[in-house]
Amino acid sequence: MLAGAVVLWLLVNGAFYYTSKVRPGAFDQRHARNILIGGGIVLPVVVLTALLVWGLSILPDLRRPGDGLVIRVTGEQWWWRVEYWPEGADAPVVTANEIRLPVGQRTEIHLTSDKVIHSFWIPALGGKMDMFPGRETMISLAPEKVGTYRGQCAEFCGASHAWMAFAAVVMEEGAFDQWLANEAADAVEPVSEAAERGAKIFLTEGCGACHAVRGTDAVGQVGPDLTHVGSRQTLGAGRIKVTLDDLSDWISHTDLLKPEVKMPSYDLEPEQLSDLATYLEGLK
Amino acid sequence: MTPSTGLPQPGGPYPPTEEMLAVPVPQEVQQAQARRLRAAWETPKGWRYVTAVNNSEVGKWYCLTALVFMLLAGVMALIIRLQLAVPENDLVSADRFNQLFTMHGSAMMFLFAVPMFEAVSILLLPGMLGARDMPFPRLSAFGYWCFLIGGVFVIGSIFFDVAPRAGWFMYPPLATKDEGPGSDIWLLGLSFIEVASIAAAVELIVGTLKCRPPGMRVNIMPLYAWYVLVVGGMILFAFPPLIAGDFLFELERSFDWPFFDPTRGGDPMLWQHLFWIFGHPEVYIIFLPSIAIAAMVIPTVARRPIFGYSWIVLSAVGTGFLSFGLWVHHMFTTGLPSISLGFFSAASEAVVIPTGIQIFAFLATLMAGRVKMTLPMLWISGALAIFTIGGLTGVMLALAPFDFQAHDTYFIVAHLHYTLFGGMVFPVIAGVYYFFPFIQKKLLSERLGKWAFWLTFSGFNLCFLPMHLTGLWGMPRRVYTYPSGLGWDWLNLISTVGAFVIAAGFATFVWDLIRPKHRQAQILRNPWGGGTLEWTHDVPEEAWGVRSIPHVSTRYPLWDQPDMLARLDAGRYYLPDAEEGKRETLVTSVIDAAPVQVQRVTGPTWITLWAAAFTGGAFIFPTFHWYPPAIISGVLAICCIIWWLWTATAQVPEADSKDAGLGLRLPTYAAGPASVGWWAMWITMLGDATAFASLVFGFFFYWTASPDFPPDGAAHAVPGLVALAAVAFALNWGLMVGARWLNRHERVALARACLGVAPLMAASGTAALVCAVIDLEPTAHVYPAILWALAIWIAVHSGAGVIMQLYCLAGSLFGKLTPRYDADIWNVSLFWHFVTISALVTCAVLGLAPGAL
Repeated sequence: MLAGAVVLWLLVNGAFYYTSKVRPGAFDQRHARNILIGGGIVLPVVVLTALLVWGLSILPDLRRPGDGLVIRVTGEQWWWRVEYWPEGADAPVVTANEIRLPVGQRTEIHLTSDKVIHSFWIPALGGKMDMFPGRETMISLAPEKVGTYRGQCAEFCGASHAWMAFAAVVMEEGAFDQWLANEAADAVEPVSEAAERGAKIFLTEGCGACHAVRGTDAVGQVGPDLTHVGSRQTLGAGRIKVTLDDLSDWISHTDLLKPEVKMPSYDLEPEQLSDLATYLEGLK
Repeated sequence: MTPSTGLPQPGGPYPPTEEMLAVPVPQEVQQAQARRLRAAWETPKGWRYVTAVNNSEVGKWYCLTALVFMLLAGVMALIIRLQLAVPENDLVSADRFNQLFTMHGSAMMFLFAVPMFEAVSILLLPGMLGARDMPFPRLSAFGYWCFLIGGVFVIGSIFFDVAPRAGWFMYPPLATKDEGPGSDIWLLGLSFIEVASIAAAVELIVGTLKCRPPGMRVNIMPLYAWYVLVVGGMILFAFPPLIAGDFLFELERSFDWPFFDPTRGGDPMLWQHLFWIFGHPEVYIIFLPSIAIAAMVIPTVARRPIFGYSWIVLSAVGTGFLSFGLWVHHMFTTGLPSISLGFFSAASEAVVIPTGIQIFAFLATLMAGRVKMTLPMLWISGALAIFTIGGLTGVMLALAPFDFQAHDTYFIVAHLHYTLFGGMVFPVIAGVYYFFPFIQKKLLSERLGKWAFWLTFSGFNLCFLPMHLTGLWGMPRRVYTYPSGLGWDWLNLISTVGAFVIAAGFATFVWDLIRPKHRQAQILRNPWGGGTLEWTHDVPEEAWGVRSIPHVSTRYPLWDQPDMLARLDAGRYYLPDAEEGKRETLVTSVIDAAPVQVQRVTGPTWITLWAAAFTGGAFIFPTFHWYPPAIISGVLAICCIIWWLWTATAQVPEADSKDAGLGLRLPTYAAGPASVGWWAMWITMLGDATAFASLVFGFFFYWTASPDFPPDGAAHAVPGLVALAAVAFALNWGLMVGARWLNRHERVALARACLGVAPLMAASGTAALVCAVIDLEPTAHVYPAILWALAIWIAVHSGAGVIMQLYCLAGSLFGKLTPRYDADIWNVSLFWHFVTISALVTCAVLGLAPGAL
């Protein structure tokens, strides 16, 4: 398509240059008519028909039904609520801000949104599909190569639209099943004293009002589920990594990292902050 | 259709013979005529200059204002580019950035691109058509002042940090839920400007159809006029859906009526449809006028008539039609059925064909002519180079699967800037270089022009060519910053550098434009050797436009009618004099341009300024929810407009006909289809009906798209009252038409009685309609809300109609409206034809919906 475009551009502009600079007045009326009909009608009709036939033939790919697994993604401002519904499941595996896909399978991704319109897009894996409040759209993806890709929101959705991204991880089928089983389980117990202190801070500071950590008293549904946040590739919907430093940074400077986000910045003592980060980082 | 009024028909010899034209006009007669003409057309001096209404003044202000808005929006773009120069930049906040890109897009579209077309056309069209002025000069002035007030209001919001910030297409629910006045400023401020745009479009259409010089049949009028006609028509059908959308949107913002709220039956997709039914034609509304400028420049440069005139006209019309069938390609990723995607993909590709024909016709003209490269042509060639790239990426984007990938990325940003720079900015600048001697009687600098061109051209490609890649590598548009390490960093940096090179180019261009030129010699007449009538204008400039209105028989009269210029200057042709000291222009028939009337056009006034200021108040105060001052402003605006119409339009002339020159006697008054006012009303009402149809479309959209419309157990409009309203509106219409008939047949007393009773009928119809829905709760669900919206629409129109009826009644009582001079009642009846149909459709929808749904 690009090569064709370059050729056509050179043709039109070259003809123009030729008439204006090289040989002004070289053509008569009859030639002019041929140019008008040839260039203005015959050429585009032929080229466009061919393009259209080809283009429309690949159209149905993104709408094809999947092989079983369904992922439901809800766009929020500005993060992704994600549910995995393996075939026959009657309750979903809930997670957030990361999409994992088994390689070589076509997975249906059902999309909706809580308030405003978003658009779901993993550039390396396929086209985008808008997410509407009160309506469900669908895109199906069949990744062919294992790897981690960047996904993001493509429809402008407010102040932090720029920071509404996620990691899309394509895995071997076995690894995927293992990961899903781990994801379905409750959160692991804290393994260090610091982490234990952090778990308490998580509850006393009221984090649980918005975030759920399954297996604990934190059952909030407003923000992303954090049950396995430590195993994710990114924090804050693709904003930063899930390291101790980044976690501390996020908790203490949320609004700086993600303007107008609903989560407030927490002004904690440095030790408390570090404990809390240790706890969260341990939630593998 | 028009019964005889006793007004005289045009009489005398027409068309003029060669012998008649060869008779010289005595020198002293010429001088006396010129003196009187000059006095009648004199432009007010000093502080009264702002009261001028002549197209040459209003057009100039309009162009300059649009240019200033464009430069401001350009500065916003520079800030945007600076912010994006490096990853994770914090030059501006996210919120400020969102305001900047929203305002950049909105201002470029609504405050620059469309107004610039209207500005340039108001400035040039009368010259090309050998007319003295536009048919309604005060309407142009009113439109300009509305544009200025609205534009300053909208663009000024950015300085107070309250600008709209949901993107220039304002998608709900983001825009409806947005806190602060930003969205209201966008909706009300731009609606106000859209109304002014439609007014200008009406005027331009009527000007093209009715104010051509005698003999200029439609098939020989300058291509520019054809494009004005096509684009004017497109504005008429494209803007109303947006205005209807704005109306619903503002009702949701102000009163919480849930048109776009999915939790209460609304649908954000309706806005997307209404917006893009406007938005796509908008692209061609911007593009076609620029092609029109190219169509004027190219024959001059090629020194031969345009090749394929009728091909170009048909293609322009075809593009206009097709452009209304493409809007869904802006919505390919919304999950529409594949069949829609396929259809709109094909339609989007099809529009390439008429566009291609126009470009190849120009190419063929250049090939067959002997090209003399000039500065305007340099800019046209730059436009061609840039536009074809935009067109070719457009061909790619029209394929739905490609669009899935490129949609909402920097690829789109690159594509749209290529089409807009190539299809609008470069041709307009070419037009500025070409027409500047026509406007200011001076030439712009060849050297600065070349500098400006090469800076802008190279800067443009430096800025936007890499963006194709940035987009394909996954960078979405409208992000205030981006993380590093994704390969976007260097591309963005290059784009930013390019943006500043463009800015340097523009600075050069603007300097060339505004640098003092009083020591520079005035041009000779027709410096480029053009063949069309605008180049007959006098040097130094005279406010009268043409000294006398010529009889034209070819497409390039200056090339083909060698004696024309001298005869025109001598006042040999039509309307060479202003014996009564009044401003006059010639009205001709639509197809053949046979002279039919001498139209008195209006002169300088303050009233248009006041009317625009109060209209502005009526739109601007509601932004801050200050309803009482808004209502007062609205009432004052109506008073001003009534005063303006009463004192200046459809005046009873001192004599019913006059000598228009060359022995031709023409009536000085016309009513009904013969008059320009009737045409303006007809065209305006077409636009109005389109807006109404968009609301009805909304009703049926909800019905088909949503399973709970109307919701179970919903209350409906009271059927008896709806029926009553229908009967009352029908009776009102009968009385209105009856009044017109009776008045013309000299039954004045009966006509007055009809005009007295009709408003009562209209009022009771309105009351019945409003009562039929008064118990419905519009905030509960979209069903009652849309019924309310329809009822309000009819109520407002009916109110306007009642004022018009009373205006006619007063006219009849005070001698402004007589059986012989009855233009007002013709126009008001025409208004009521449309409103009656709208009212009956509304009654049908309200009354029949419960049974049908």
